[in-house]
Amino acid sequence: MNESYYLLLAALLFTIGGMGVLLRRNAILVFMSVELMLNSVNLTLVTFSRTTGTLDGQVMAFFVMVVAAAEVVVGLAIIMSIFRSRRSASVDDVNLLKY
Amino acid sequence: MPTDIQSPEIAYGPILPLLIVFGAAVIGVLIEAFAPASKRRTLQIVVAALGLLGALAATISLAGTQELVFAEAIAVDGVSLFLWGTLAVLGLASIFLLSERSLDASGGAVVARASVLPGSREDVQLAEATEVQTEIYPLAMFSLGGMMLFPASNNLLLMFIALEVLSLPLYLMAGLARRRRLLSQEAAVKYFLLGAFASAFFLYGVALLYGYAGSVDLGDVFTATGLAQSNEALLFVGLAMLAVGLLFKVGAVPFQAWTPDVYQGAPTPVTAMMAATTKIAAFGALLRVLYVGFGRTEWDWRPMMWGIAILTMVIGALLAVTQTDVKRMLAYSSVAHTGFILVGVIALSRDGLSGTLFYLLAYGFTTLASFAVVTLVRDSSGEATHLAQWAGLGRKSPLVAGTFAFFLFALAGIPLTSGFMAKYAVFKAGVDEGLTALVVIGLLASAVTAFFYARVVVLMFFSEPAPDGPTVSVPSGYTAGAIALGLAVTVVLGVLPQPVLDLAERASQFVY
Repeated sequence: MNESYYLLLAALLFTIGGMGVLLRRNAILVFMSVELMLNSVNLTLVTFSRTTGTLDGQVMAFFVMVVAAAEVVVGLAIIMSIFRSRRSASVDDVNLLKY
Repeated sequence: MPTDIQSPEIAYGPILPLLIVFGAAVIGVLIEAFAPASKRRTLQIVVAALGLLGALAATISLAGTQELVFAEAIAVDGVSLFLWGTLAVLGLASIFLLSERSLDASGGAVVARASVLPGSREDVQLAEATEVQTEIYPLAMFSLGGMMLFPASNNLLLMFIALEVLSLPLYLMAGLARRRRLLSQEAAVKYFLLGAFASAFFLYGVALLYGYAGSVDLGDVFTATGLAQSNEALLFVGLAMLAVGLLFKVGAVPFQAWTPDVYQGAPTPVTAMMAATTKIAAFGALLRVLYVGFGRTEWDWRPMMWGIAILTMVIGALLAVTQTDVKRMLAYSSVAHTGFILVGVIALSRDGLSGTLFYLLAYGFTTLASFAVVTLVRDSSGEATHLAQWAGLGRKSPLVAGTFAFFLFALAGIPLTSGFMAKYAVFKAGVDEGLTALVVIGLLASAVTAFFYARVVVLMFFSEPAPDGPTVSVPSGYTAGAIALGLAVTVVLGVLPQPVLDLAERASQFVY
């Protein structure tokens, strides 16, 4: 098994997530892209756990999942509140604060 | 592959300040669940204040400790203890600001029910009602606990978790303003999306450094940087990603975009807390990562940090000049100050470390108190933050305008204020380490910042007040106490800085 394929896949997923954050207009999709980035980190951690022969990476992946879940709770609450007051979740519409 | 995981031995004594703050936060949640609504506010303030005072007392009793606890994940050393003490006192002042009720007829800067639609009939009724919401106290305490853990983490995974513990409550708190709720919610969305994006970078950096060193312990990372056969690409990319996450939190250019929007939109007491404490916690973590983990690879990260420090100082100072809103102006000034503090970080010497610690303490108190003054200047729709509305304030209320002018002088770095001593300490450390070019740019940027601070002072004292201008509300003891504390620290550190400089000097030692 060649571990570098997994690392490349993870880097690719991270990049796709990063581009999603920068290019997507809907706050929910931006947020999903962030979650994709976190999951690509999990893949990286598990792969390195195998290459370095330690269990730390797998344990860390669990921590990341828990933190990601907490972030979903807070994030969706904030996005919901702004969607209810503006009838839109587009990040282009939140433009009252500028300059 | 090893299969047995040893359970760590836990030394509860050295982490007592953390346990007290998190304990107070958990008690705050229980109060929300079980105490009658009429008693909640008093109980929450008492529990939060006692928790922070207890944390301060525990921190003082730990003075001189140098040890790694919790399976070497938490470093209790001079730097941690210095920052814990500072954060506990500033946290107490923030809790006081959040407790203020006599400025607004309806009581408090925090919305009574965050779920009510802005602009709806219920919202209009609530804005005038005296109902208050007290969930903000446990949120603030969890955030402060995370801030105390953040600079003390000797393990990158723990540092990530501390980062989230400090950030998640802050995202919510930014969206809880009682007035101008659309702005407040917008600030929360922007802060959350950008913050989550930055923490994903931080985490990817942690994963790559794990691949590089086989461990996320900062000591092991340091050991790995001395070995020749390691994969350098993982090191460089990992460190860069880690730095993105940390520089976002301190608000350095080019990761500063959230700062003005969030500082302006969040309720002003929350802005005061965020401006003072988040910066301290994030700089503490940045110092630990760079000094403990990457002290040997300074040639790899110093040029990058040079560029970021220059950009931060110059762009922060120049953009502050164009601002027309007091809160936004203070936000850009905080960006410029981030650049000045970075000079002390880049110096990578003991003087640089102690200068940075002193700067963080001095800046924290001054900026918290200046945002507290902003909460006092009000018109019928709430706080009057447009600079034009501040014209002639010195004629209406010489005391408040004079206090604000003094804080602006301190932020500009005029002698006999804490800001001067702080800037002197970091710039001197920079010159000693051969960063003369950086210090010269820093001095020029300081001159630009002095210009826009002076412009506000001139506006307050030498222009005619508008006929329908804002009035200065009389605060209760909470806000008055926080401002008096900030004023006292700013004066004392400017006139008699030596005891605190000595304390920072003795504290500037990392354990690893």
